[in-house]
Amino acid sequence: MSMSRREFLQILAIASAAGFALNGRPALSEGSAENFYDLPAFGNVSLLHFTDCHAQLLPIYYREPDFNIGLGESLDRPPHLVGEKLLKSFGIRPGTIEAHAFTSLDFENAARTYGRVGGFAHLATLVKKIRASRPGALLLDGGDTWQGSATALWTKGQDMVDACKLLGVDVMTGHWEFTLGAERVQQIIENDFRGKVDFVAQNIKTRDFGDPVFPHYVIREINSIPVAIIGQAFPYTPIANPSYMIPDWTFGIQDDNMQKVVSEARAKGAQVVVVLSHNGMDVDLKMAGRVSGIDAILGGHTHDGVPAPSIVKNSGGQTLVTNAGSNGKFLGVLDMDVRGGKAVGFKYKLLPVFANLIEPDAEMAALIKNVRAPYAAKLAEKLAISEGTLYRRGNFNGTFDQLILDALMEVKGADAAFSPGFRWGTSLLSGEAITLEHLMDQTAITYPQTTLTEMTGATIKDIMEDVCDNLFNPDPYKQQGGDMVRVGGISYTCDLRQGMGKRINNMMLNGKALEASKKYKVAGWAPVAEGASGEPVWDIVAGYLRDKKVITPRKLNLPRLLGVGGNGGIA
Amino acid sequence: MVAIGTGLLRSGEVLAATWNKLAFTSTNVADAMKNANYGGAAESKDIQLKLPDIAENGASVPIEVTSHIPGTTSIAIFVEKNQNPLVADFELSNGAEPYINTFIKMSQTSQVRVAVKAGGKAYTQGKEVKVTIGGCGG
Repeated sequence: MSMSRREFLQILAIASAAGFALNGRPALSEGSAENFYDLPAFGNVSLLHFTDCHAQLLPIYYREPDFNIGLGESLDRPPHLVGEKLLKSFGIRPGTIEAHAFTSLDFENAARTYGRVGGFAHLATLVKKIRASRPGALLLDGGDTWQGSATALWTKGQDMVDACKLLGVDVMTGHWEFTLGAERVQQIIENDFRGKVDFVAQNIKTRDFGDPVFPHYVIREINSIPVAIIGQAFPYTPIANPSYMIPDWTFGIQDDNMQKVVSEARAKGAQVVVVLSHNGMDVDLKMAGRVSGIDAILGGHTHDGVPAPSIVKNSGGQTLVTNAGSNGKFLGVLDMDVRGGKAVGFKYKLLPVFANLIEPDAEMAALIKNVRAPYAAKLAEKLAISEGTLYRRGNFNGTFDQLILDALMEVKGADAAFSPGFRWGTSLLSGEAITLEHLMDQTAITYPQTTLTEMTGATIKDIMEDVCDNLFNPDPYKQQGGDMVRVGGISYTCDLRQGMGKRINNMMLNGKALEASKKYKVAGWAPVAEGASGEPVWDIVAGYLRDKKVITPRKLNLPRLLGVGGNGGIA
Repeated sequence: MVAIGTGLLRSGEVLAATWNKLAFTSTNVADAMKNANYGGAAESKDIQLKLPDIAENGASVPIEVTSHIPGTTSIAIFVEKNQNPLVADFELSNGAEPYINTFIKMSQTSQVRVAVKAGGKAYTQGKEVKVTIGGCGG
């Protein structure tokens, strides 16, 4: 379905005026489309926050997860609530536009009704509108901004750097940015960002002498109130991504240093202290309990669109923890009332960016058109038609991952395949053409090599156990914030009552039990070790798609889960 | 601090003079602690450890140890899952500040145990460090 914003608004207005809903649902839960983004100003310090946009300049579809399992302390608490359990927890009415924004419920129909989300031209209009009622508000970018699309890869992040400057980003921290290499990151910060955007991170040091690589924080005045923004980059970048791209830097959570930096910022007069974090929400929640003096942690990395902040008590009082989703789909707005030198009240809203409800900003639209021009024709190539919905996000295989795995196994002649548990990657509706651009949305990284490796059954199990522990270790500080490695060819059970080394069982290949000492051919991509030379994954998958022409709905290779009956993180 | 400095030297070089072969070749942490004369060490929160939760590189894991126990005369580091758990045993003399900053090698996820001698008694503190194959994140 394609219609102009004007037509869309007319339909919504007619639907709501008539008291009935589009496709049997109330179209908008909060009045009409025109005031969907009317957010009354509150207090005197406002921060706008987006994160993990993964270089999506144009509106896209993005299906939220139906698996986001939390265990131990994380059981049944945000962000580990999905579907109806999330709606109930946050008081969102089912069948509304908000329900679509925050859950995967009835995804196909709802996506067709409400249209695409995000897009920098639409985000730009929204940022301007919110800023207009909040003088001095800062715009914070939580990172994972310079990676995730073909144009970001091919321009080495320049398209996003230019777009973010035009958007008016004030402060930024990072993660995937570092996969452009240390030199490129420094070049952007020293040239493009100089005097305009502060790139901050308290937890990156040089490997030799432990010197800070970036400023730990910046103090900016909002309505004459000094506000400190402390950066927290993704702590496990050199583990989850190739460390050879940042050979001289060491990361880590560093919450003792965080405490020092908070105290330093307070001592310098900051009345509000906010952490712009790429920890992932579970890590942020733990950190909020251990470090005192932080008013709010505005978080990302785990791509959790969480409608309201979690409030964590600590020795200094309390800290708000938010997570603002991904792919340009949301803009977080935190308004604080600061009096007598401290924040005494707040309001928070995570606004979904619905492209049909927002007039695109002309200047940003022109920038995007310009930067895409050299690549647009190539990216528009229709590789195949998808008969089913394609998406990635969720703890286990998504349909687009399954497609990548199927392609890798067939093209490489492998018994099994692994694909990383990335949380980025856009979604496609059934019947859509899979373009090269869509494929790049799933694969555009600086280490795209494919591999074919002989592995024993024991090694395969070790790898799966290792990644599973990075997701389900009961201590958030020992998680890495990705999802489970996507597995092709091998069925398995995953027992979430068990610890490391004992979760993955009953591994079967073609109906036979996997043998520990037998060797199997395993295909994969995105190796973190240096020196791989296999064909880029997008070439393998593009060839497969051109050959198939029509992609039938994928059969997901999901593990049988044990020990998670009734878990709020399973829809 | 004595001549062993801040741990930039490899522990083998540092300890050549007082090489305790029995302790350094022990294959489990209980034997290694006993043979290095830290047997029966009592848990103490006065030993402060700085270790990553997940190692960026198991071949070179940074560790900082500060002992707040008065009269500390030695600090030893054990990695329980290493084939030979005793990694280093630092002897402090002339009232050296009981602080060690060095790198250790870890073969796999393991408890890292630090033991301290003070006033003829042994004390200990530990923390698990995860060693992972990496990749697949975020």
